Amino acid sequence: MSYDALIIGAGHNGLVAACYLARAGMKVCVVEKNDWIGGAAVSRELFPGFTYSNCSYVSSLFRPEIMRDLELPRHGLQILPYEGGAVLTRNGGYLAMFRDHDANRREFARHSPRDAEAYDRYSRDILRFCRFIRPMLMRTPPDPSRFRPRDLSELAFLGRQIGALSEGQIAAMVRFWTMSIADFLDEYFENPVIKAYLAVSAIIGTALGPMSPGSAYVLLHHYMGDVDGNVGAWGFARGGMGAITQALSKSLAAAGGEIRAGQGVDQVLVEGGRAVGVVLANGDEIRARRVISNMDVKRTFLGHVAEKDLPGDFVKRVRAFKTRGSSGKLNIALDAAPVFPALPEGSPMLKGDLHFTDSMERMERAYDDWKDGQFSRDPFQDAMIPTMIDPTMTPPGKHFMSCFVQYAPPKIAGRDWTDADRDAFRDTCLNQIEAYAPGFKNKVLHVEVRTPRELEAEVGLTEGNIFQGELTFDQLLFNRPVPGYADYRSPIRDLWICGSSTHPGGGVMGAPGRNAAAEILRDAKLGTRGMRDAYPVL
Amino acid sequence: MPIPSSEIIVIGAGVNGLACAARLAGQGHRVTLVEAASAPGGAMALAHLTPGIDPRVAKDMDLARHGLTFHPELAATLLSQNSPHLTVRGGEASGGDLDPTEVAAFRNLHKRLSRFAAALAPFRAMTPPRLAAKGNEWGKLARLGLGLRAMGKADFREFLRMILINAHDAATDELTDDRLRGLIAFDATLGGWLGPRSPNSLILYLNRLAMGGALVPKGGMAAVAGAMAQAAQAKGVTLRLNARVARLLVEADQASGVELDSGEKLHADLVVSAIGPKATFRDLVGPRHLDTGFYTAAGHIRARGATARLALSLTAPPDFRGADPAGRLIIAPSSEAVERAWNPVKYAGVPDRPVMEITLPHAHDGGPPRLTALVQFAPHDPADKAAAKARMLENTLTVLEDHAPGLSATIGETEFLMPWEIEARYGLAGGNWHNGDLAVEQMLFLRPMAGAARYDTPLPRLWLAGSGSHPGGWVTGAAGWNAAGGILEALR
Repeated sequence: MSYDALIIGAGHNGLVAACYLARAGMKVCVVEKNDWIGGAAVSRELFPGFTYSNCSYVSSLFRPEIMRDLELPRHGLQILPYEGGAVLTRNGGYLAMFRDHDANRREFARHSPRDAEAYDRYSRDILRFCRFIRPMLMRTPPDPSRFRPRDLSELAFLGRQIGALSEGQIAAMVRFWTMSIADFLDEYFENPVIKAYLAVSAIIGTALGPMSPGSAYVLLHHYMGDVDGNVGAWGFARGGMGAITQALSKSLAAAGGEIRAGQGVDQVLVEGGRAVGVVLANGDEIRARRVISNMDVKRTFLGHVAEKDLPGDFVKRVRAFKTRGSSGKLNIALDAAPVFPALPEGSPMLKGDLHFTDSMERMERAYDDWKDGQFSRDPFQDAMIPTMIDPTMTPPGKHFMSCFVQYAPPKIAGRDWTDADRDAFRDTCLNQIEAYAPGFKNKVLHVEVRTPRELEAEVGLTEGNIFQGELTFDQLLFNRPVPGYADYRSPIRDLWICGSSTHPGGGVMGAPGRNAAAEILRDAKLGTRGMRDAYPVL
Repeated sequence: MPIPSSEIIVIGAGVNGLACAARLAGQGHRVTLVEAASAPGGAMALAHLTPGIDPRVAKDMDLARHGLTFHPELAATLLSQNSPHLTVRGGEASGGDLDPTEVAAFRNLHKRLSRFAAALAPFRAMTPPRLAAKGNEWGKLARLGLGLRAMGKADFREFLRMILINAHDAATDELTDDRLRGLIAFDATLGGWLGPRSPNSLILYLNRLAMGGALVPKGGMAAVAGAMAQAAQAKGVTLRLNARVARLLVEADQASGVELDSGEKLHADLVVSAIGPKATFRDLVGPRHLDTGFYTAAGHIRARGATARLALSLTAPPDFRGADPAGRLIIAPSSEAVERAWNPVKYAGVPDRPVMEITLPHAHDGGPPRLTALVQFAPHDPADKAAAKARMLENTLTVLEDHAPGLSATIGETEFLMPWEIEARYGLAGGNWHNGDLAVEQMLFLRPMAGAARYDTPLPRLWLAGSGSHPGGWVTGAAGWNAAGGILEALR
């Protein structure tokens, strides 16, 4: 039995690639080490009657082009936009967030009339940056060190994009890409709470603080998605994040593809310099015309390929690829909705993300702890209760709460996490929430704590890095994952990579899987007719 | 046909003002250089080393003939409290316990980074290109790009990967020795407002490699100022000391001269400001003569100094556990130590263990024992300035004493300048050495800000020539020289 394409890992990118290849007529098989599929986009019942989105927890980046190409709504995917959100402040106040720009503006005005004015300017500028970067998400980055026709035409495309901007716009954009989010926001806003709210997207998942240069780009990375055409909007997948990968698996089945769960790969089979299949952990061999890895670049090449089959320089670069984990997570089953006395009753604020960090300085100090090899004593949490909008995940009246935590290091002071560390981490996070929602802890039925250790062990993310590699310029575009190999290929013929380690990087976006499939189809001379180009930002 | 001679006023007799004035005068213009202080030199006095005066400046001003000479280039001694010191000369590291593979690794890294620096050097000498101009600017950029590509495919790829990387990662990926990592981390961040783990920090190290090594002028920094002033005057520059400019004169929406503190008005065809861009636009010009958006953006020029300067006179030569006193002595035990010294400054705090670069002037020029140190990192705007200064000095002296036991007991006079004092004394915005953070988002066509990056400004006949402009500070005169080139081209 031999396949046209064998994909290692049933995460969202592996499944996206599989779907496109199967729809183009390839015979496709996806193998997954876990007994369930989804990678980091999963819904799992980890407490009786409660569905957890126990890894990724929000959908915004997932490309609508892919949703349409693969007919995911028809296969059951529904995205529900946030309806609100809030930053709770230490002095008992709050900053509310709404879906509507004008409502936000009025809320900003309550904190600072000047910042409300600036908000229009800020939103316009960010939208312009998004408009510029969007088309690049769905393209293979050019290799500027080579002069192949495709590299030159992609460079020319980039040149045209830049050429369409005014001198002032180019200057503004280059500044934005290289600045820290703290400096950037300081140019618009004066209110610390507003700045803390807006800085959030710049630190989520990254080993950077808001004062690190380059963090403004990370904000854009989180902002360039949309829900129903609302750029920057975030939403929940109905039924949890697993709904995305479930819809993908149905789409794959409809196209004739196959998924084998509970079948971990031991080694990629290489014969005569070509990948010809895989050896499973149980010793079975599956042969295929090409192998596509959805694992991160370190796990793929350092863990599942013999070093002798790879050039030394490549191995060195892969070893140096930065995958420092910086995030943890608490998944909480609640007996009843938490009550935050600061928030007006019945407000939509609980139907979105809640933050307890009211200044960028507190975020930066949380990052300093991480640099010292500790989890943050005063962590930043992005907490949300999807069951406020989506009643399908818990029994009536009960709730699921997802708390994403910055920062948690892959190791504690150079040694592995212990269970005691993990408990201390949990308590730190729960106590922070308790301070804003008295009685919260009494409503907790169950907590699943995820440190980088658990993320690595279960999902396979090296060092627990949720983006399969940091999003700094040395690891973006043509540098991602390794200079010269940003075209989803590897030094081994017929071994491809399609995970978030590749351009354009992490988040439940699907673009890496889609772009890898496009390269594979071009390579196989099958054409990419079934793929839409990026939608423009309106 | 000779160019008609113009009347030009240059504000500020620092290294860039002097270089600019001399070049303009050398082309036949009547140049008056006005300086607020009683002696030329400006913020040069703050430095204790120079990477060397830009060769274009040194040659044209014939500084050697005016008496400027340097001691041989300094090696860096990486001081240790308990293990042997390391010595680094160029790319060669040596010292008692250093592993030969580490020596080779450092040499390779230094070679590679030096190749990158050499490729960047032409950028330092140019006027930043316009980005959306008609004409051949894009062609010029493409040529520069191809020039970089000429370093070969492997190097070019590494260059693109490393150009915006942080110094800590760059050092940690290649080296295992904490002290060598510490040196790169320290040198990358000296004079900046960022830590070695901040992305975009390695490019500052490359910038330093592109400029040259560490030199002590014979006779100290004052000798540089003296030689340059003499050379400028020899070219016909009129130097007016004790002449502080109160405001710029504007007629018919053009710069037409300056008014001094004394009320005296000096008229000119062109005014060149070699002081900080922020002060130039916000204080000398003011909002009336600038577009609102531009005036606001000028206020956003980030200028934050994080370096304090210590000068001690001593009753006995200090002994840093046998270190060569004629070296550049570095206390930066590891990259992490540099980062830890940086952390509190983000919140206007003071580090427990500052890192520093030390020179011992008596070891070069003789005279009584003295010590100067550039100490990092220091807050530029703490709430309680006196307390912050006292703590910073105390912590600095503790670190010094740890490395040179007995030094404290020999201290005579102490001069310790925190960033805000540096600002007050030398006019450097925020106490920042470069009159505006030297950071990627304020480099090249963004330095000091978009719309004023080519030394000209939105106000006709007003030009910039200071370290706030491309390619930034350090005692080289490159910015002033480049600016004069732009002015001469415009006058042609």
